[in-house]
Amino acid sequence: MTPERKFGDVILSVEHITLTFGGVLALEDVSFDIRESEIRAIIGPNGAGKSSMLNVINGFYHPQEGQIMYRGATRSKMKPHYAASHGIARTFQNIALFKGMSTLDNIMTGRNTKMKRGLFWQAIRIGPAMTEEIKHRDYVEHIIDFLEIQAIRKTPVGRLPYGMQKRVELGRALAAEPDLLLLDEPMAGMNVEEKEDMCRFILDVNEQFGTTIALIEHDMGVVMDISDRVVVLDYGKKIADGTPDEVRANQDVIDAYLGISQEEVGAVN
Amino acid sequence: MSTEGLDTFPKLLLDRAKRFGSRSAIREKDYGIWQTWNWRRVEAEVRALACGLAARGFTRGDKLAIIGDNRPRLYWGIAAAQALGGIPVPAYQDAVADEMQYVLEHAGVKFVLVEDQEQVDKVLEIQDRCPSLKEIIFDDARGLRNYDRTHLHDFEDIQQAGREFDQKNADFFEQQIAQGHGGDVAIILYTSGTTGRPKGVVLTYDNVLITARNGASFDNLTADEEVLAYLPMAWVGDHIFSYAQSYVTGFCVSCPESGATVMHDLREIGPSYFFAPPRIFENLLTSVMIRIEDAALPKRKLFDYFMRLARRVGPDILAGKEVSLVNRMAYYLGHLVVYGPLKSNMGMSRIRLAYTAGEAIGPDIFDFYRSLGINVKQLYGQTEGAVFVTLQPDGEVFPDTVGKPAPEVEIKITDNREVVYRSPGVFHSYYKNPEATRETKTEDGWVHTGDAGFFDENGHLKIIDRAKDVGKLNDGSMFAPKYIENKLKFFPHIKEAVAFGHQRDYCTAFINIDLEAVGNWAERRNLAYSSYQELASRPEVYELVQESVEKVNEDLARDPNLAASQIRRFLILHKELDADDGELTRTRKVRRNLILEKYLPLIDALYSDVQSCYVETQVTFEDGRTGKIAGDLQIRDLAAQPLMEAS
Repeated sequence: MTPERKFGDVILSVEHITLTFGGVLALEDVSFDIRESEIRAIIGPNGAGKSSMLNVINGFYHPQEGQIMYRGATRSKMKPHYAASHGIARTFQNIALFKGMSTLDNIMTGRNTKMKRGLFWQAIRIGPAMTEEIKHRDYVEHIIDFLEIQAIRKTPVGRLPYGMQKRVELGRALAAEPDLLLLDEPMAGMNVEEKEDMCRFILDVNEQFGTTIALIEHDMGVVMDISDRVVVLDYGKKIADGTPDEVRANQDVIDAYLGISQEEVGAVN
Repeated sequence: MSTEGLDTFPKLLLDRAKRFGSRSAIREKDYGIWQTWNWRRVEAEVRALACGLAARGFTRGDKLAIIGDNRPRLYWGIAAAQALGGIPVPAYQDAVADEMQYVLEHAGVKFVLVEDQEQVDKVLEIQDRCPSLKEIIFDDARGLRNYDRTHLHDFEDIQQAGREFDQKNADFFEQQIAQGHGGDVAIILYTSGTTGRPKGVVLTYDNVLITARNGASFDNLTADEEVLAYLPMAWVGDHIFSYAQSYVTGFCVSCPESGATVMHDLREIGPSYFFAPPRIFENLLTSVMIRIEDAALPKRKLFDYFMRLARRVGPDILAGKEVSLVNRMAYYLGHLVVYGPLKSNMGMSRIRLAYTAGEAIGPDIFDFYRSLGINVKQLYGQTEGAVFVTLQPDGEVFPDTVGKPAPEVEIKITDNREVVYRSPGVFHSYYKNPEATRETKTEDGWVHTGDAGFFDENGHLKIIDRAKDVGKLNDGSMFAPKYIENKLKFFPHIKEAVAFGHQRDYCTAFINIDLEAVGNWAERRNLAYSSYQELASRPEVYELVQESVEKVNEDLARDPNLAASQIRRFLILHKELDADDGELTRTRKVRRNLILEKYLPLIDALYSDVQSCYVETQVTFEDGRTGKIAGDLQIRDLAAQPLMEAS
């Protein structure tokens, strides 16, 4: 559907990342890169280390070995606040919204890193603080329009259905005007219609704002449809990396997902 | 206000922009804020669009299809096409591609103005089958970045080109408008087509303008009204209320933010002039009642008390009748604590005038709104008559009539009780369908509605049924099944009813109970049941239904025309009538003939002396399998009420 696109330079690369929790090896010597304006998927069976990988990129986990190169700067570990203030935004697998707050307020919190006035000014909310809030509100309204959630603008998010909450969370991540958007299972637990909607929003974000997107997803069909390149993890190791077609044809990937049948084992023997 | 020479909408627009340029004309909620255009800006927008269309080759007589939700730009599209002497053809935005293709092809549409990607995709899909189609213009560019733009244009680009065109051809816009006259075709509106293919109703400026003016003067509409445009633009009602009457009286029309926010936007705008089909009034009432059920006991008591008071005195106060001072004061207190907040919550605090039409409205629902002081009235109209055929005048509002003939409308009842009318709004013709035109409209301008009705003693028209369904009892009195069925269905316990009586001695009926409502009722009374069939056969349920039927009979007895069709015997069916079994259409209308055949033994039993009847029916389950339901059905007898004086 989209014509052949030119991807920019590498925006982020992880090199030889190894992450352990005590004796558990979560990631072992994983390297890959993400290029500007692409949709990059990280897939793998349960416990393959996908979320851990995202947490490493985000600075939530600190790897024992390896380094992360983001926008030319190389460092051995990322820090969440550095990531947030330098254009990396994310959503979570188990929605992490403020349940009692409205959709609008939740998305406004995404503007946090962009706000210049301090707590005091924002509290009294006059003069320049008001001007600034109006500016941010305007941006948030564009996101609300983009995600078609006008009808729930004032609804507390705790009362929204699951799929809608996911959408609000995406809205909050977008509010930070990210260069790199990390989505942790954006379509988990959704019905077909909600998945289709979410796919469309992800593609639209990528197309309209040129945002680079890295996403973790379980649903193979979805991943193959929307991503430009796919990294496959299994037991903490990278087993494949390439375009959806290449990955689909990769025997290691097929084995990891479907397992090796007895007959095949027999045939090998 | 002089209307001399202002015989088309574009002429009205120029006049409004000149004389009332700074008054608000249209509003839309965008990015959370109501954006307003005054008449001067609307004129500029329409001018730019019209010139842009002309620059792309749109000329007199060309058709512009308009597809989308109610958006200011789409309304401007109507005015722009009319300014150029073209014909706007609004299509239903939720139509599937095939239906849309029929309309676009049949009307010979050359340009299409659509709202967004969804509609663009639909039009692109059918493009090949619509040879006349040349250019597509869209309002919202979202998601269209990678589309081929040869014949696909952004609304703003068209307007930009239009502004350049306008600079080079300074008087073009005015000259084009000056060429239009009242007798020209203003718009083609396609009927929704419940039976067969949709028909394109051709209306002239005179049709639309004169009826819109008549309607406005009938209810003293002013430029200060507030209207929310939320019903489909392809429907004649919206065209009259949100477009024609706005141009005629100058009131401001507000477009909701999205389909999902209508109720919210209604609250924010607080319209003074409001139109809704009965369904919407019903849904609003249901949602209010559910929330009241959840409220704390004192609140519920307060609500119940004041609603009882409102039902007793509210309608009289609204009608300006005499009400005792004590009651007036109590009602005022009720307004402070219940009615006021309730109306404000529903977005109806400022309603001066509300209309409902399309189908019969339940008297309870109707009374509920009127008792709150909301002036809901009924009207009867058709696309073929540019809406207004009859209207209820203030102070003469009844739940079961549709009012008196609108200004300049003549109505006759033919021998077979069909309602026919003649008015300035009577349509020009059905587009490219002279045969249907001849069938519906006589040489001298009378339109056959296909509806049966009569005038009651107050001179109000009562619509009772489709003319072809009206029959006669053996004693020669009229039998109108749908009228009776509707009366039965207004009771919450009755979901469906089928009345019989044509060429019989008396009237009988099949009843379907509403499983949810009656089930709920049964649970509260500790009546056990395991299935619809078992619940339907409980004597307690029969008692419940019998009470409702008796009330209907009482009602019928008040009307000399219908007193003979009181229900003398009824039974509750052992299964729900279902579209899967072919008993109902997909839009839940009763298939009378099929039921007549299928349940012949039951009907025979109703017209005999037996008190019960054994029946076995084949049913189709949702997964396509079939099964049998069998059982003995009881039949209840009722005494006929004597004819009563109208109260």
